[in-house]
Amino acid sequence: MSQVINVSRRDFLKTGVAVGGGLILGCSLPLGDAASQSATQPATGTAINAFVRIGTDDVVTIIVNHSEMGQGVYTSMPMLVAEELEINLSKVRVEAAPVDPAYNHTAFGIQVTGGSTSVASEWERLRTVGASAREMLIAAAADSWKVDKATCRAENGAVIHSSGKRVTYGQIADKAAKMPVPKEVALKDPSQFKTIGKPMKRLDTPEKTNGKGIFGIDVKVPDMLVALVARPPVFGGKVKSFKADRAKAVPGVKQVVQIPAGVAVVATGFWPAKVARDALEIEWDDGPNANLSSETLLEQYAKLAKTLGKVARKDGDPQRALTRAAKTIEAEFAVPFLAHATMEPLNCVVDLRSDRCEIWTGTQFQTVDRMEAAKVAGLRPEQVEIHTTLLGGGFGRRANPHSDFVVLAVQVAKEVKQPVKVMWSREDDTRGGYYRPLWYDRIAGGLDATGKPVAWQHTIVGQSILTGTPFEAAMVKDGVDETSVEGAKDIPYNIPNVLVDLHSPKIGVPVQWWRSVGHSHTAFVVESFMDELAHAAGKDPYEFRRRLLANQPRHKGVLELAAQKAGWGTQLPAGQGRGIALHKSFGSHIAQVAEVSVSDRGTVKVHRVVCAVDCGRVVNPNTIEAQMESGIAFGLSAILYGAITLKNGRVEQSSFKNYPIVTMRSMPQVEVHIVPSQEPPTGVGEPGVPPIAPAVANAVFAATGKRIRSLPIRAEELKKA
Amino acid sequence: MKEKTGREGFSTFTLNVNRKDYKVAALPDTPLLWVIREDLGLTGTKFGCGLTVCGACTVLVDGDPVRSCGSSVSEMEGKEIITIEGLTPDGMHPVQKAWIEDEVPQCGYCHSGQIMSAVALLAENPNPTDADIDEMMSDNLCRCGTYQRIRRAIRRAAKMMAEGGKK
Repeated sequence: MSQVINVSRRDFLKTGVAVGGGLILGCSLPLGDAASQSATQPATGTAINAFVRIGTDDVVTIIVNHSEMGQGVYTSMPMLVAEELEINLSKVRVEAAPVDPAYNHTAFGIQVTGGSTSVASEWERLRTVGASAREMLIAAAADSWKVDKATCRAENGAVIHSSGKRVTYGQIADKAAKMPVPKEVALKDPSQFKTIGKPMKRLDTPEKTNGKGIFGIDVKVPDMLVALVARPPVFGGKVKSFKADRAKAVPGVKQVVQIPAGVAVVATGFWPAKVARDALEIEWDDGPNANLSSETLLEQYAKLAKTLGKVARKDGDPQRALTRAAKTIEAEFAVPFLAHATMEPLNCVVDLRSDRCEIWTGTQFQTVDRMEAAKVAGLRPEQVEIHTTLLGGGFGRRANPHSDFVVLAVQVAKEVKQPVKVMWSREDDTRGGYYRPLWYDRIAGGLDATGKPVAWQHTIVGQSILTGTPFEAAMVKDGVDETSVEGAKDIPYNIPNVLVDLHSPKIGVPVQWWRSVGHSHTAFVVESFMDELAHAAGKDPYEFRRRLLANQPRHKGVLELAAQKAGWGTQLPAGQGRGIALHKSFGSHIAQVAEVSVSDRGTVKVHRVVCAVDCGRVVNPNTIEAQMESGIAFGLSAILYGAITLKNGRVEQSSFKNYPIVTMRSMPQVEVHIVPSQEPPTGVGEPGVPPIAPAVANAVFAATGKRIRSLPIRAEELKKA
Repeated sequence: MKEKTGREGFSTFTLNVNRKDYKVAALPDTPLLWVIREDLGLTGTKFGCGLTVCGACTVLVDGDPVRSCGSSVSEMEGKEIITIEGLTPDGMHPVQKAWIEDEVPQCGYCHSGQIMSAVALLAENPNPTDADIDEMMSDNLCRCGTYQRIRRAIRRAAKMMAEGGKK
């Protein structure tokens, strides 16, 4: 029976000692480039630089350095190791990695889960880790049998000699740990794969169905108190003064204290803390953002969109081409701020002592969190330990460039003499900022006399996510934040004259990556407008796209597959419409066809979504299918309902009541088709999101003749007059 | 409400959770959710919204699915409360088995609540139609969008139970 556990670093060490005979494999392995190599060399010899531990009971523990937030890394990462280690997944346990340079992302150089990169980045490393361990086990067995290594092989968790002698990994692990780490290992030819590419059941399902899985919110340490923080209702606001008499009178309340982020109420449990926080009387200084409103922002953005911004891409002479085009069309699009709204509200447990700080939380961003926590605590990063729990959804929110929820918890912990769990209510979580930015786009296209697009001019207006973060230097070039224009500046269609430009106004709303980041809006704009161009050209939207993809075989491949599986061109029941969209993000190519109907009252019902995905070599087809379903549901929530709006500097939404998400009733039937591929694996966590908005919007047009240019879809704009 | 405890301002209550009696001290209006999670240490029941909107905190009270974030501890004495941990001794209720078979959870946070609602649905309606499932389950939110798998797993569990898989 496979098992997934999350243990603390302390247990990790303890277990290591207790098991005694266990094999801890160091991983000073040759990696792709110099940068990643230096990143994986620990500065000191004390770090346990390890991914594999084999117990005398033959259980193989795989330490996973990517956070499990639903995307299946606690299964796909072990699969990569298991393939080369020659073990059955049923013998595998998973542990979350502690923070250590050994566990840094191979491309990003810090410990992070994001950008839909887990499988892609570990594809080489973890297979190499498995192969290296296998070779050491074989070497140990050969040595103890006094035979040539070449006469031994590894199979199903054991080393077998050509004579038939056999020793299990558990029996030989102790000796194997002392064998030299091979300098080079050969990786299997994919034709020999036994695990990779096969549908494997998730290792974490039992814990997620019996209540035993430990999320950040479930962590309990001895003498722990619980805190809630009253934070300013306006971003950038401050406490002017507060009265805590009524709050302090609530039974169970231990402390009410001002911290940089607001006023913290510390109590024996959530409920007394909540009751007391509600009883606080706080006078706020709203600060410079007191008048922010989404409506005004949209007006300002619309004006900006009429001017040229920083150029992200320029091919040919789009201005001239537009003037000379036989037909030109123009459209403006707007999408709102969006909250991640993970099911598990943010939380973080901190045990702060004079010389160390221990943190338990569901995070995607261990290295940054450790640095930020250390700064607030006045410690060195090495004095901060982070225990990564399961994440009750991440979607980018738990990789905060400023480590907001960790910093908040350490601020509270500094004032409390006991360990403390800092919790967020649903309202805190919804109003806490770090949203997908509000975007406004203006786009113009020109067709020649035959209906071929000859000009494309796209102006994007919205806040930069990366400016002001540690990633600005690498990812903002000449004033263009790559994440603002991704999916727009790299349109796959063969159009000779293209201009993509960007305005990045500085607004006091905290923004952050939200599942699929810039693609979450660029796909909507680009693929909706492609549909408008097809219509203007009098062409079928599928054929129109297909003909512009002569040099894009993978784009074309998924487009054709989705159209074929969806029965593009066949009759739908009366009142239904079909829409298609194509988008590449995080290295993966995806096309989706949506079938919708619109009621007389203007309510959109999405009946069916057919999704074709080419994400390179398939590691676990189950995961890919699940992530496509999930991405579609996530995108659909945004299209049908999602909007965070500001009025007088205040967020108008507070919970799932006014920030609804898709339910079982509104979830369409989703069919996923995976393109077989020999290419390296690419992302699946995010790429399912971007195409669903334009696929649905285009389907609504097919059903009603009305264009959706602003999200979420508003029934009043679609209802029958 | 019962006698005062050593903890100033708290009252004691006797709760029957997963067939065991517990004495707890709490503010009388404390939602059952927090007593289950913080006092009894049964963290399988999740906090999602505190507003009875998302269903992550669903438990069975006398067999009915109840949002534990919206029911105060003082109303819970004398009732039989079952949480995800108490569904079966081995975590292998047909609904849990079906959830594993159909690979339902992703992040997994909402699934204790989903499973408790599904158990209640099948207890009342052993052979639900898709419309029945939608009706009963649409108040249990899942941000990962596992809905079509939930539906599939409920159908599978119904079949297993009809074939005698029920304990």
